Formats: sequence, C-alpha cells, structure tokens
Amino acid sequence: MTSLALERLTYRYPGASAPALDDVTLRVEEGELVVLAGRSGSGKSTLLRLASGLVPHVHGGTVNGEARVAGMDVREHGPGELASVTGSLFQDPETQIVMGTVRNELAFPLENRGESPAAIARGVEEAALALGVAHLLERPTHALSGGELQRVALAAALVGRPQLVLLDEPTSQLDPVAGDELIGLLRRLNEEWGTTILLAEHRLERCLTAADRVIAMAGGRVACDADPAGFLAWAHDHAPALETPGARLLATAGLGPPPVGVKQARAVLRSAGALPVDGSGPALLRAGPVTGRGDFASGVAKSSSPVPPARSASRSALRLRGVWVEPRGAPAILRGVDLSIAPGERVALMGRNGAGKSTLLRHVAGLASPTRGKISTGGRVALLLQNPNDYLVHERVGEEVVPEALAAVGLSAFADRHPRDLSGGERQRLALAIVLGGSDVEPPALLCLDEPTRGMDRAHKADLAVLLGRLAATGTALLVATHDPEFAAAVADRVVLLADGAPIADGAAADVLAGGWYFATETARILRGAGGALDPDAGAALVRAQLAEHRPEVRR
Amino acid sequence: MSVRRSTSPLHAARAAVGCALCAALALPALLFDSPLVLGAVVVAALATGAAAGAGHALRRALLLALPFALVIALLNPLITHNGLTVIARLGEAPVLGQVDVTLEALVYGVVLGLRALALILCCALYAAVVDPDEVLRLFRRVSFRSALTATLATRMIPVLQRDGRRMADAQRCRAGAAPSRVALVRAVAAGALDRAVDVAAALEVRGYGTARRPPRVRAPWSRHDLAFAAAALALVALAVGGRMAGAASFGTYPLLHGSWGAGAWALAAAIVAAPLLPFLDRRGVEPRAAALAAAWGRR
Repeated sequence: MTSLALERLTYRYPGASAPALDDVTLRVEEGELVVLAGRSGSGKSTLLRLASGLVPHVHGGTVNGEARVAGMDVREHGPGELASVTGSLFQDPETQIVMGTVRNELAFPLENRGESPAAIARGVEEAALALGVAHLLERPTHALSGGELQRVALAAALVGRPQLVLLDEPTSQLDPVAGDELIGLLRRLNEEWGTTILLAEHRLERCLTAADRVIAMAGGRVACDADPAGFLAWAHDHAPALETPGARLLATAGLGPPPVGVKQARAVLRSAGALPVDGSGPALLRAGPVTGRGDFASGVAKSSSPVPPARSASRSALRLRGVWVEPRGAPAILRGVDLSIAPGERVALMGRNGAGKSTLLRHVAGLASPTRGKISTGGRVALLLQNPNDYLVHERVGEEVVPEALAAVGLSAFADRHPRDLSGGERQRLALAIVLGGSDVEPPALLCLDEPTRGMDRAHKADLAVLLGRLAATGTALLVATHDPEFAAAVADRVVLLADGAPIADGAAADVLAGGWYFATETARILRGAGGALDPDAGAALVRAQLAEHRPEVRR
Repeated sequence: MSVRRSTSPLHAARAAVGCALCAALALPALLFDSPLVLGAVVVAALATGAAAGAGHALRRALLLALPFALVIALLNPLITHNGLTVIARLGEAPVLGQVDVTLEALVYGVVLGLRALALILCCALYAAVVDPDEVLRLFRRVSFRSALTATLATRMIPVLQRDGRRMADAQRCRAGAAPSRVALVRAVAAGALDRAVDVAAALEVRGYGTARRPPRVRAPWSRHDLAFAAAALALVALAVGGRMAGAASFGTYPLLHGSWGAGAWALAAAIVAAPLLPFLDRRGVEPRAAALAAAWGRR
C-alpha cells in the first residue's frame, strides 16, 4: 500500500510569489524509511506539513495536482482525519505540547480517537518505554528541558502507532547520544512495526545508515530520489553542501564508492590499505595534529596549538572560579566550575541535554548570579540565546540594529524587510548583529552562543563558522554551546565537555573530539581519532599520507 | 499561574472534587456581606493553599489582588452617595459632582474589596491545585470544544509567561539602546498569536479536530475524594444554612448594622476549618495523575 502519493503537486503559500512545492511527483510505499534532504527553504517542511494536512487546511494557500495519504485526498481530509494514520513532529517541540503532564500528553491522541482506558494506559506505557521517557510520565510538561520535550513530543506522535510518521528535524535539540538513540528507535519501529517514516534532517550523517531511500529537495522540486549511496554520488556532483563528512573524506582522498556511514567508510579504507590498524596508526601519528578547514569554514585561520591558550595567558576574557548554581529545592545545575578563556580563544561547550551548558552561558552573561563562586570577565559579554526570534521586536530589519552592524553580518540588502520574513539562518545573523552592536558600543570581550546551529543547514553553518572566525580574529573570545560536533570542530580551538554541571574534559578540539564515541565528528569516528583529524579535508590528508606510505606511487 | 503537582491530599483528590471545594469556598463570599465571613473565606483560601503546598502561588495572587481590592475600597465612597454618616466633604468634582464621603460607603467599599479578594483567591486556589487536564477530561464529555478552549486558555498563561521571560532575557542581551515599550508590546502580541497558531496546529495533528466522545474512566473514590467532597458539602451547608438563619448578617445603608455575636464567629471559624480538616489525613497521598494511571492500569 502507498503511504504517500503526490502527483504533479504544486503548492503556494498565501501571498507567496514562488511555489513552495513545484510539480512534485513521488510515492512513499508502506514500510519505507525515507530521508528528506535539502537546504533550508527547499520545501522539506512544506512537504511534511502537506502530508499531515496542515497544508492547506491550516496554512491556507493554493494546491494544484494530487496528494494522497494512505489513500485519503489531502484536500478533502483535514489534519484531524489524517491524524488517524499519521503521527507528526515538527521543528519546535515547545509549540507541540498541549497538556499539563507527560502522561496526559501521551494519552491525548488516544483519547481523541476514543480508545478504551485500557488501550490508553497500555499505549502510554509502551510509547514512554520506547522513547525512554517513562521516568518523566508524572512530570509537568512546563518543567521539561528542550531534549526531554523533543522526546515527549515524538512519543505523542508515535503513541497511536500511526501508519506514516512525519518528522521534521527531530534531532535538532538532542545531544549526539540521544540523537543516535532516536534514529535507532525509528529504524526499529520501521523494521518491527512496518511503520513508514518520512524524516527531514540536516545532519544526514546521523540517519543515512537507517534510510532505505533519500529524496533531495531543491527549490520546491525533487532533485534526487535514490538509495543512500546513489544520493551521495549525486550530492558529490550536484549538491556538495548535502554531502556527508564521510563521503567527502573519501572523495577528497580519491577513494570510492561514497560510504553510507562509518562502517562502510572504514571498509573502503581497509580495502584500500588506508586504515590504521588501530586508532593510532604509526604513519598517521607521525603526521601530527591536522586542522583542515575544508568542510565547514574553508579559509578561516584557526590555532592548531594542542595546548589551550587560556592556560598560558595572563589576561582572561572569562574566568570562573568554583561556580555553583544550586536552585532552591532542586539539584545543583553547576557544581564548582573552574574555567578560563583567553582573548580570541574559541571554545566549544558540549555535553548531554541538561548538563548545564545553557545555565553556564546565562551566568557568564550576567542574566543570573551564581549561588557560590566568582565570575570575572575581561569586558562586555554578548550572549546569543537559542531562539533568534526573541530578539526581533521591530517592523524592519534596519530598525533592529545600526547599518554597520547589519553590514558586518552581510544583511545590508535586507534592511527594509520584516525580520520575520528572513530565513532561519538570516534571523540568526540578525540576532548576532543585535547582540554585537555597532561601533557605538564597546566590542565584546566574549561572545557566548547557545546552540546557534539549531535547524541550520550545512551551508548556513559554514557561513556562521566563517563569521565567528572573523570575529575571533579581532580578539573576541567565543564560547559556543553546541550539540553538533562537526560545527564544534569547525569553530573551536578548544572543547570543554560538561557532564552533570561540571567539566569532565577540557582540551584541544583535536584531542577531545577525536577521542570520543558520541562527541566526535564523523571523520574522527571513521579514522578512530587518528592524527586528531576532525574534518574531511584533514582526514583526507591523513589518508593520502597513509596511502603514500603503503603505495609509494601515490606520492608521485 | 499553573497547577503545581505535589503530594498533598487536595492534589490527590479528583478534579471534580477540587472544583467543588473551590466553588463551595467561594459561595459564602457571594452570599454574605459580613467582613467577618469574607475575611474567613480569604483566610480559608490562603490556609488551604498553604496546606496543599501552593502557599507561594496563593501569596503571589494575594499580592496581585490587594491593590485591586484597595482601589475598589477607595473608589466606592467617591462614587456612592448612600449612607448617613458623612466623614469628609471633598467639595465639587468634575463628573462626580458634590463628593461627600460617608462611613457606610467606605465600609461597603471595604466589603466589595474583600469580596473581590476572596473570589480571586478562590480562583487562584483552583488554578494551583486542580489539574486542568483532568478538568478537560471531566467536561469534554459534555462539551468537548468548550472544555478544551477553557483549559487551553489556562495553559497558555504559563506558556506565554515563559515566552515573556525568554524575550526579556533577549532584550537584556541587546548591545544598543533598549527598544521602546510599544515595539516590545507589539512583538509580544505577535508572538502570542504565533504561539496560538502553533498550538492550534499541534491540536489538529493530535486528532483534536475529529475528537470522538472520550471513554468514561470510573476511578474508585479515594478517602481524599470523600473527605474534600464532604468539606465542600459542609461549606455549602454552612453558607446556605447560615444565610437562611440570618447568622453574620451585615448591612451598610443607610447606617451600619450587623450581627457580631457568637453565631457569626462560629460560622467564620467553621468556614476556615471545613476545607482544612481533610488535610489531617495524609494516608495514600499521591499525585492525581499517578492514581488515574493506576486506575487505568487496573482495567
């Protein structure tokens, strides 16, 4: 049976000049796990909203062509009716929680279907166990963290065992561990229940191994519809921004075929004789730490010093001494944190959901005071919070910030636009301009960013990495809380890993991100941390060195 | 303000009983003019909230409601000309004409202010101890859409509070001059509308649009259900019986008159004691959601 069938479908949002979906024809069969790839604004989210019935029933607009979900015509059946066969999860889980407790949230879709109390109780328990939220069942939903909300919203989407699950960036707020767990769970649901899954995701390296098929969207059209290997081959030629780091690593090293995941990449390297016997192959170790900038931010100079400069610097952009945050009646969030950051240093702050990253940034920026300990800074601290929309209060982009600040983030051309009409990446840059300010304010000694790449495509992340690199070159230190190891590798000299409110690792990015299972880039996982290579270009250089050692003709 | 789930006997009682208790507590405030009875309702609401672990929420509601009550108390003698005991002649005032402040009008203003305070605190008690999800479940069998609309209106308050806090933090992080209040209000309003649209979309994809009549959940009555239901009945009986018996009668016009005898004091004491007595029994206390889940599990 066909779960989703679109036939020459064109959809235009109300008042939009260009269609969001343009002459799209595709079929998703029952039991398939399909990944939707594409840059921001390519039509992925609109396609998912169409399949859930929100387009056109909630968003309005005009639809031409045919769209059927499990045989139901989308134009005739609204989202309420389609909810009997679909489960949907969209980008921001906070807007999708409607009940007071997790248990009630999970029960709500089943109650709406008129299920019996026994079926509701069983459905709630099973969904909670499957998503790992059983311990949260009695918790009020307003007290959940972003990652917890994401899992609860997903559990609510799955609780009715829908035939078709529609997911729009479900891992965007999850740490790498939870993100991998979620993809594994989706694969299990797909294999054991035969659930059809349509998953839009920017971090393709995380989900391609689980996918049966990849549909790449561009400008509202289907640009590629192939299996994961076929998609990667297409991406290499036509959309490099969609290539996974592993595929790029091998392509740059002159090896093929493009690998779908770490295991395949290692198999290709092994067969080519380019894989170190263990994680510290002698040839690779001799090559020393390498810090290429290929994937994200080519052209950005970054210190390759294995010793974090903060430790040798006499002047600090930030200094934390024994900082504790102990809310009344709740466990401590920060536990005696000591941290120093030198001017111009770029530090990535990583850790699981709830580790204390956002709390640390808020205290550094002075939005809250620690219970104990001391925070001193070398000047003004600018903080870019998670949601750029919170900064936007004017009717015109030009009113939000002075022209020179707008120019600094490359948005001068948008001065007359409404801020809400900008894309996600552009809003992020505008919010950055707002917190940085123009020449009328003191330049920040430290810029803190809280999950700045949430929901961003790879190209926008690269733009942001370049922008941050330029800023750091002027002496502003960076402290970036992120769940994205690839972005951390692109922007940071140094990585601090936070767990349960205290740093558990603090070192050069090449040391911290090359040595882990989860908090590691795909390149580092493929090469098992060899040579401290974090990005595809650095990895490819090491692979070529390895090949040259084994096959001298490669040198020529 | 939103329900704060804690392990108190009142939180362990079913939503219908919680609603009944709050309504019963508000009843004397509607039936009596006696400051003694109105004061008793205020004390009872605060004490019940404190006993249920919602003292902070009630205290906050009290602080918010006090200025409102004060304004009522001060305005009434300025706009009411009833009463015979003039305590101040303020002369001619535009719109109001000759303003003579009477003792009776002043006292009646205090009565009105106290009544407003008592009703606000009863509402605050309801918001703090009754689970809106259960209220939705309770009333959706009668009118699903109305119940959901009312419950979501309650739910939007903490959501918008959180949005407002986030936005305030973001504005503190701005490098330049702070935006005008008008711009902020406009942005907050636009954000609230966006949020409402998001919530509507979430409801649709959870199947709300085609909601069927929900199943009836027959959970057995717990000791706390029975105790608080008895307290609510007692409050209704006290209010209606006291009113019919003329206990704690009080009037302001044309001259102050009322009963301040033992009967009035006994009635006030009983109003305070009735909702508090069930808190003496703390056996089997668990959050209501867990109890309901257990009831479902038994089926």
